[in-house]
Amino acid sequence: MVAKILIVAEHAGGKLNPSTAKCVACASSIDGAQIDIAVFATDGAAVAAEAAKIQGVKTVLTVNNAANAEPLAAVLAPQVVAVAANYTHVFGPSTTFGKDLMPRVAALLGVGQLSDIAAVEGAYKFRRPVYAGNAIITVEAPQDKKLVATVRTASFQAAAQGGSAGVEVANVSASLPSHTRFVSRSAAATGRPDLQTAARVVSGGRALGSADNFKIIFSLADKIGAAVGASRAAVDAGYAANELQVGQTGKIIAPELYVAVGISGAIQHLTGIKDARTIVAINKDTEAPIFEVADIGLVGDLFTVLPELERVAG
Amino acid sequence: MIDEAFGGTVLSKILVGLKRVVDYNVRVRVKPDGTGVVTDGVKMSINPFDEIALEEALRIKEQGATTEITEVIVVSIGPADTQQQLRTGLAMGADRAILVQTDSPVEPLAAAKIFLQLVEKESPQIVLLGKQGIDDDNNQTGQMLAALWDRPQATFASKVELEGGKAKVTREVDAGLETIEVDLPAVFTTDLRLNEPRYVKLPDIMKAKKKPLDTVVIDSLGVDTAPQFKTTKYEPPAARSKGIMVKDVAELVAALKQKGLA
Repeated sequence: MVAKILIVAEHAGGKLNPSTAKCVACASSIDGAQIDIAVFATDGAAVAAEAAKIQGVKTVLTVNNAANAEPLAAVLAPQVVAVAANYTHVFGPSTTFGKDLMPRVAALLGVGQLSDIAAVEGAYKFRRPVYAGNAIITVEAPQDKKLVATVRTASFQAAAQGGSAGVEVANVSASLPSHTRFVSRSAAATGRPDLQTAARVVSGGRALGSADNFKIIFSLADKIGAAVGASRAAVDAGYAANELQVGQTGKIIAPELYVAVGISGAIQHLTGIKDARTIVAINKDTEAPIFEVADIGLVGDLFTVLPELERVAG
Repeated sequence: MIDEAFGGTVLSKILVGLKRVVDYNVRVRVKPDGTGVVTDGVKMSINPFDEIALEEALRIKEQGATTEITEVIVVSIGPADTQQQLRTGLAMGADRAILVQTDSPVEPLAAAKIFLQLVEKESPQIVLLGKQGIDDDNNQTGQMLAALWDRPQATFASKVELEGGKAKVTREVDAGLETIEVDLPAVFTTDLRLNEPRYVKLPDIMKAKKKPLDTVVIDSLGVDTAPQFKTTKYEPPAARSKGIMVKDVAELVAALKQKGLA
């Protein structure tokens, strides 16, 4: 049986989120899979055109509806269900968008969900982390049911550009609820690379000591063109915004370079960075667990090391 | 029950899910034979996100007249020992507890169906759950319950404001903070910054022993709990290769250069 996979596109501001191309990469590792993307938007033409360029995609379906202006799970889920009828698999990214939406889709379809696919072993056999990444399990899903899953984006390189999928407008008739309404979104416009997809990330921990001191993390990040991250301790203490949290319950990332500054390295944090290509740790505590996973470790006072690093870097 | 004096709705009950999980501080290890993780003699606790859910429910109730919540019910699905976690929930301030008893693991869809049964029986205005269990890290049950119940979901909540029959919920999303408004009843799932759960005091532990804890046999609910997914293997994560230590910034930069990163 050929796997027919529908991927729910993530997008904002008329732009496709890179998480979608990572879902395509995951789906492409299933032998012989036929991959379509669905874009739910008020007018999805621009996003669909972007999605059509991802290699390995056959068709991009746009579902246009004024109700799709904001990604509300309760509004999107019935539409995803309607489009999913002709597919064996329905994938979304393990971002807050996909985590919010996909279980609602699964429940409406009357099936379970496989969260955080980290590796594909077959059309119905996958590997995923549990216990904050302390164990990797191999899971088999039933072949007689539709498989709804989220893709752990840090585990896949985005599928290449250069494709030329067809774009079709899909008409969906689903009754949409009015019980959930978008009010507002506040995102700091930083001009920095996006933490989830950045090639370089500089992260600060509790040792920074204050929101004011945390500025030296931003400063180094700007110097080397990096995104900024933070440990849970730093976010809880109010040194950094919640969307910067890296770890089991925050963002799971896989940059080329991860610089952990004043982060001790709790297991919940390490699970968010273990797919990074190179990890640099700067910490004054020789015994800090972060050094066990670091490719390059420097024991020292961050308030001395960072200004020096900033002078010579970039 | 409808109370016209309160925006047409009585916010009577909050149902809170408490999952029994391996304690947050335990370093979980895979069994040598790959059949699971070591749980013998390991400390078990309330899932931290669920503790936050219960704290939020208690704070809503304690706001008194402005919310009209009269009862906080904690619910768990698990083995008999889960009574320990429910007693802790009662000691924190919940009014009564329900244990849906089973020795078998229950997948999120089945858990959502079980919650739906209890929701239909108790008619809560709010169901508060943690956003994910720190054991299976699934992040599904709240969304699934909301779908089956055909009610709103506000996941990853960092702020909840109730007003009449509605709630304004601020959510932690990848881009920052998002605020949505939902009609009640609804399902909320909690993120870390929603609140800091209270500590349990000794007199409250004594009082909790007298609070009602009902046990329901899972089979009596008529929910199909047969697992859909089969876990065939547990493995420890691949270890990263041993790195190097450098003594100063110059050496650090040299090492980065060698990797083509500086």
